Amino acid sequence: MTGDRMAAAAAVPAIRIRSLCKAFGRNRVLDGLDLDIGRGESLAVIGGSGTGKSVLVKNVIGLMRPDSGSIEIDGVETVGLTGRARDEILAKFGVLFQGAALFDSMTVWENVAFGPVHNLGMPRREARDAALAKLAQVGLGRVQADRYPAELSGGMQKRVALARAIATRPQILFFDEPTTGLDPIMGDVINDLIVECVRGLGATALTITHDMASARKIADRIAMIHGGRIIWAGPAGDVEESGNEAVDQFIHGRTEGPIRTAVHVS
Amino acid sequence: MNAVASVGRATLNFFAAAGRLTLFAGMGAMHCVRPPFHFRLIGRQMIEVGYYSLPVVGLTALFTGMVLALQSYSGFARFNAESAVAVIVVLSITRELAPVLAGLMVAGRIGAAMAAEIGTMRVTEQIDALTALSTDPFKYLVAPRLIAGTLTLPVCVLAADLIGVFGGYLVAVNKLGFNTSAYLKSTVQYLEVLDVVSGLVKAAVFGFLIALMGCYHGYHSRGGAQGVGTATTNAVVSASVLILAFNYLITEAFFAR
Ligand SMILES: Nc1ncnc2c1ncn2[C@@H]1O[C@H](COP(=O)(O)OP(=O)(O)O)[C@@H](O)[C@H]1O
Ligand SMILES: [Mg+2]
Repeated sequence: MTGDRMAAAAAVPAIRIRSLCKAFGRNRVLDGLDLDIGRGESLAVIGGSGTGKSVLVKNVIGLMRPDSGSIEIDGVETVGLTGRARDEILAKFGVLFQGAALFDSMTVWENVAFGPVHNLGMPRREARDAALAKLAQVGLGRVQADRYPAELSGGMQKRVALARAIATRPQILFFDEPTTGLDPIMGDVINDLIVECVRGLGATALTITHDMASARKIADRIAMIHGGRIIWAGPAGDVEESGNEAVDQFIHGRTEGPIRTAVHVS
Repeated sequence: MNAVASVGRATLNFFAAAGRLTLFAGMGAMHCVRPPFHFRLIGRQMIEVGYYSLPVVGLTALFTGMVLALQSYSGFARFNAESAVAVIVVLSITRELAPVLAGLMVAGRIGAAMAAEIGTMRVTEQIDALTALSTDPFKYLVAPRLIAGTLTLPVCVLAADLIGVFGGYLVAVNKLGFNTSAYLKSTVQYLEVLDVVSGLVKAAVFGFLIALMGCYHGYHSRGGAQGVGTATTNAVVSASVLILAFNYLITEAFFAR
């Protein structure tokens, strides 16, 4: 590859979202949202509860179909893709769901081994060893590996879900509220693990959160969603001096400001 | 005016739901016949549907056969009783009662269990997680259940046929004092292959319907634990109603001339 072409490839963002719209009945959740996430970048989308953060991620993954707009992954338009083409895109993804979403009919190691067994065709014995290694990476031992998810604490479940998300060595990782529902210390453990995993894989990461401490720790760049659009985006270090009233209000947790007004009007 | 609007809305909703269900059934059926097959999952579901339903289905059939013998004797078969009672028992069991009662019992057990399991997977985002791991939930969750339901319920019903006839025999011989060999001879004499086959065809259709309703209502459940509860109830009720409706249709297809 020539230098020029490499530069061009690097300039294609891992995720490029344009004019994304998604409504449920009259509830216009995403309303012309634009967002770019560069290769190897870790971006956090912050915003209040119910502002459509999870809906955004589900549209990008393909669990929901946008009403209109464009979502490109590595330069490939993914809206409306089905079948094998969709599977190829999905193979690049690793997802940590808001509620961990572990398969409760399977043991912990079977959860982690699911992707390798079903998608990479890895034999079960080998997949078990690989799963144990991934679990060790998130600080879980053999004792937990043979348990069922319901027998683990919330923090442990999140760690298993993280191990499952990275098990197929995906290029693009999605974390939906990774620290919500955890105590601050366990939350920080998860943050550290996420940073470690993303760096280890050299992956692109999109983290959804309303936890500012988590966003600052995980992300290179922060974007704020409000009213169905990204109203501010910038380097994580600049979020304090965004000059945007809504961002200021959100990161300082104030009740007075544009966000509250918007809630009352709609 | 309002009444017209609400009738219209109800009609639209009905056709929308019927369309969704037909689409769902079509997708499910397509994944049943198109490889790859998850044999491990199909096997597990077959054990769940068949093996664990046998006790309840067997008991239902036993008592039904017994009561049939008693009723048909005391009601309308005091003359020429041996052959009449035997024929009534064996035909009612194989054609109607074994498939319908087994279907209803299994709908209660399996339809509810499937709706609850898949519904819980839906509301806890496990189905989304499956999709995100490039696994089609229709292939992985729906198809194995449809296959297991369709193949396994006929086996249950065949067992129920035997047990039901045996129940009738027990009462006829021990309580009504019938002659053993005459009773057995009449049982076999008037029984045709079509009687048993029609019952087994019913069972296969009912098994498919039960699994379909369980999967469909589970798959579309929303709103936490309450939503899963509603899905479970709807799965059992709709499966039961469909069983009775299809029972009529299949009977007509087989026996109306
Ligand atoms: N499947 C759905 N059907 C209808 N409305 C939905 C659905 N999913 C999300 N919503 C609505 O979209 C809005 C945003 O939800 P969500 O993205 O989950 O918020 P959050 O930012 O807290 O993750 C909410 O008002 C929610 O009610
Ligand atoms: Mg959310």
